[in-house]
Amino acid sequence: MPDESRSVLDIEKLGIDFGGLQALDDFNLHIQPGEIVGLIGPNGAGKTTVFNLLTSVYAPTRGGVKLLGMDLKGKKTHEVTQSGIARTFQNIRLFGGLTVLDNVMIALHNSMDYSMFEAVWRLPRYWKEEKEAKAKAMELLDVFDMCPHAYDQAGSLPYGAQRRLEIVRALATNPKVLLLDEPAAGMNPSETAELMENIRKIRDRFGVAVFLIEHDMSLVMGICERILVLNYGLIIAQGTPDEIKNNPTVIEAYLGQQRGE
Amino acid sequence: MNDKKGVSLDKKGLLKQTWFRYVINTALIVAGYALLMLLVNEHVLNKYQANMLIPVGYNIIMAVSLNLACGYLGQLPLGHAGFMSIGAYTAALFTMAVDLPPFLEMGLGLLFGGLMAAVFGFLIGLPALRLKGDYLAIITLGFGEIIRVIILNLDFTGGAFGLKGIEKHTTLTWTYVLVALTIFVIHTLMKSRHGRAILSIREDEIAAESCGISTTYYKTITFTISAFFAGVAGGLYAHYLSILDPGNFGFMKSVEILVMVVLGGLGSMIGSVVAAFGLTLLPELLRGFEQYRMVIYSLLLVVVMIFKPSGLFGKYDFSMGDSLDRLFTWIRGGLKIRKIPAGGDGDGEAKKDA
Amino acid sequence: MTFIYQLINGVQIGAIYALVALGYSMVYGIVKLINFAHGEIIMVGSYAVWYCMAQLGLPWPVACAASIVVCTIMGMTIEKVAYKPLRKSERISLLITAIGISYLLQNVAQLVFTANPRMFNNFIGGDFVVGDRNFSNATLATILVSVALMVGMSLLVSKTKIGKAMRAVSEDQDTAKLMGIDVDRTINITFGIGSALAAVAAVLYCCSYSQITPTMGSMLGLKAFVAAVLGGIGSLPGAMLGGLMIGISESLTKGYIDSQLADAIVFGILIVVLLIKPTGILGRKTSEKV
Repeated sequence: MPDESRSVLDIEKLGIDFGGLQALDDFNLHIQPGEIVGLIGPNGAGKTTVFNLLTSVYAPTRGGVKLLGMDLKGKKTHEVTQSGIARTFQNIRLFGGLTVLDNVMIALHNSMDYSMFEAVWRLPRYWKEEKEAKAKAMELLDVFDMCPHAYDQAGSLPYGAQRRLEIVRALATNPKVLLLDEPAAGMNPSETAELMENIRKIRDRFGVAVFLIEHDMSLVMGICERILVLNYGLIIAQGTPDEIKNNPTVIEAYLGQQRGE
Repeated sequence: MNDKKGVSLDKKGLLKQTWFRYVINTALIVAGYALLMLLVNEHVLNKYQANMLIPVGYNIIMAVSLNLACGYLGQLPLGHAGFMSIGAYTAALFTMAVDLPPFLEMGLGLLFGGLMAAVFGFLIGLPALRLKGDYLAIITLGFGEIIRVIILNLDFTGGAFGLKGIEKHTTLTWTYVLVALTIFVIHTLMKSRHGRAILSIREDEIAAESCGISTTYYKTITFTISAFFAGVAGGLYAHYLSILDPGNFGFMKSVEILVMVVLGGLGSMIGSVVAAFGLTLLPELLRGFEQYRMVIYSLLLVVVMIFKPSGLFGKYDFSMGDSLDRLFTWIRGGLKIRKIPAGGDGDGEAKKDA
Repeated sequence: MTFIYQLINGVQIGAIYALVALGYSMVYGIVKLINFAHGEIIMVGSYAVWYCMAQLGLPWPVACAASIVVCTIMGMTIEKVAYKPLRKSERISLLITAIGISYLLQNVAQLVFTANPRMFNNFIGGDFVVGDRNFSNATLATILVSVALMVGMSLLVSKTKIGKAMRAVSEDQDTAKLMGIDVDRTINITFGIGSALAAVAAVLYCCSYSQITPTMGSMLGLKAFVAAVLGGIGSLPGAMLGGLMIGISESLTKGYIDSQLADAIVFGILIVVLLIKPTGILGRKTSEKV
């Protein structure tokens, strides 16, 4: 069982109701540093809701979240990000009209410190921090071989590149936990394989824990060390890929009751 | 597939040529002023024409400050004229109440005008910016109207009769300096991490929050800065016209400025400047067609919105350095001079424009 | 007794606001556009009726019908020419176009009719007495006609085929298209109906307040718009409720506080509503999917 005292993310009894509908209930998870955890389940099970709760887009009705022991209760979304949780979105949310580089530079906002006054009068700190940030941005883009596209308009990138950019941008916020919402959506098998490589590469290089939502089973089974299965807002199974693959409750949730059983 | 270059705040050549760029820009600003003074003193521009440049000036400041909240931040404030009126009245009441050397009086008046407008910008922004899109537009419209009605009903502002006898402190010099200052401040602010944060809110507010940017903070402070400059423009206006009529600062005025920003291109400072220039002078050029002026104006607005909603310049922002860059590259190409990369940076050749 | 008088005045002007607010709400509900030009349609309707009666000497039923026709055609034309091309554009572009059309109409009217107010002959003669005050029958007519129209609109939207189409398009344009609804025609008709209501409001307004100017539509439109927002923009019963509330508040302010501040109070109400419940009293909350 995961060692709770060294977890990077502690989710306890998390739950939310929308009006009369219980969208999520009794969600418990302790993610270890550097762990890759997957969250799967049929559409509408509440997976993105979990992400939205973790990033304070919604406020939970029950339960709480702790990041490295720090309670995230009441924190706004940008504070959660500053604390160390970054995310990508199911429907890509890039800053389409800005360049690829600027998308990453925006995520590096909090790694810089200069005030508006220093910006306007171009004091030394402006130059120093901008230079460092740009170097860091390029370094991150290089991980995904995106440097040649640094000055392209983000909205004009091909779909796969946009997804990669979103991940780079999330990484730029220097997170301890990276939430990926359907990162392989719309990708063909070779792109998916490349993505799997990249996720491992990120985990190894930056030491982030990865918590991902996916429908693509090859990816989930391929890189996740642990998988949670959600259905109708409740965890119906938890375990290693092999355990989940053969779990009858899981199979039923996805395929419906088997004939003759 | 859109192959336009995105708005970039960091070009490859920036760090290599920075000091050079600043020197060039400063030199041009000073040269512009010298040229202007020359034209006026040698009577190439007659007094009337020189005076026309003052409304151009404060309209540029109005348009550029609205563009900050509208084009860069992506909101739609419809009460900008309200901030102008607050600045105008504050500055005017100050200069009328004190008796100092003109330079000091005007300077302080403008400062107080701007600050007062900024205070109201902050107070209005706090509740208003919690709303999105249309609702923000409506509420700022409401606030603008309330300001107008309140000024109309206060005694010390002269009520419906307005304020008269304001000293005509506004000169071409004051105007030029303040226009240059406004453009400078907003320009440098936008080309910084703060400017990027502002743009990110326009592009996708939810994504901006998840990048760690406090959207509430940036929306409020941008709104406040925008109001500040509108207040300064108001101060210039008051000391140019010498009388203030609260009726001039209603929704119509806000719309006039909005037209300049939209026509110029939302998100383009040069667009706001050009449009403010043109639309301020247009009524003068159409002197003979006085009656048709407003019809042409509104028709123009509708036609531009239908056929080119992005306005004259779209989101393009003029950069002196970039234009010079291109000029030099072209010259180099013609003279076949090889470009020698400066040590260390390794950025290489400038990227070809789409 | 003063309270009753103010109340009657308030209900009367409120009824007019309600009719105009209906137009705003219908249009917003279906295309999410604040049609700033709506107020100007009232102005056009007023001039139309005046022109027919004063300049052409036509009897009032014909003039009213003409006004309704003119406004309906105008509203539908504006939609087709100016708003339809921008349907897929940014919201801000649509908003600005609407503002542009509003100005265009105002200024053309100024050109054609000059800024001099035109006097309108109230054709609803007679008056009725409440307490010790006389109220024009126009007031009564305003209230009765408005109520009738509101009931009519509710029935139209809930019981007829076109009403169903309007509701479908306001929910989800693309799906409505897939269901075989002619979305363009539905939107166009909605504008037409809204404009027709504005025409009726114009006639009723003119009977009570006999001056017609090119700028009469703007404040009237703005206040009716506040009424629509107050009641919940997109909601028809909300528009009616909002109209009455604004009308009564304005009237009571004029009667008991200060007529100068009436405008400020109306906008004050707007701001309070937007801060407490932006979707209005009867409006529905829409949320963005993350």
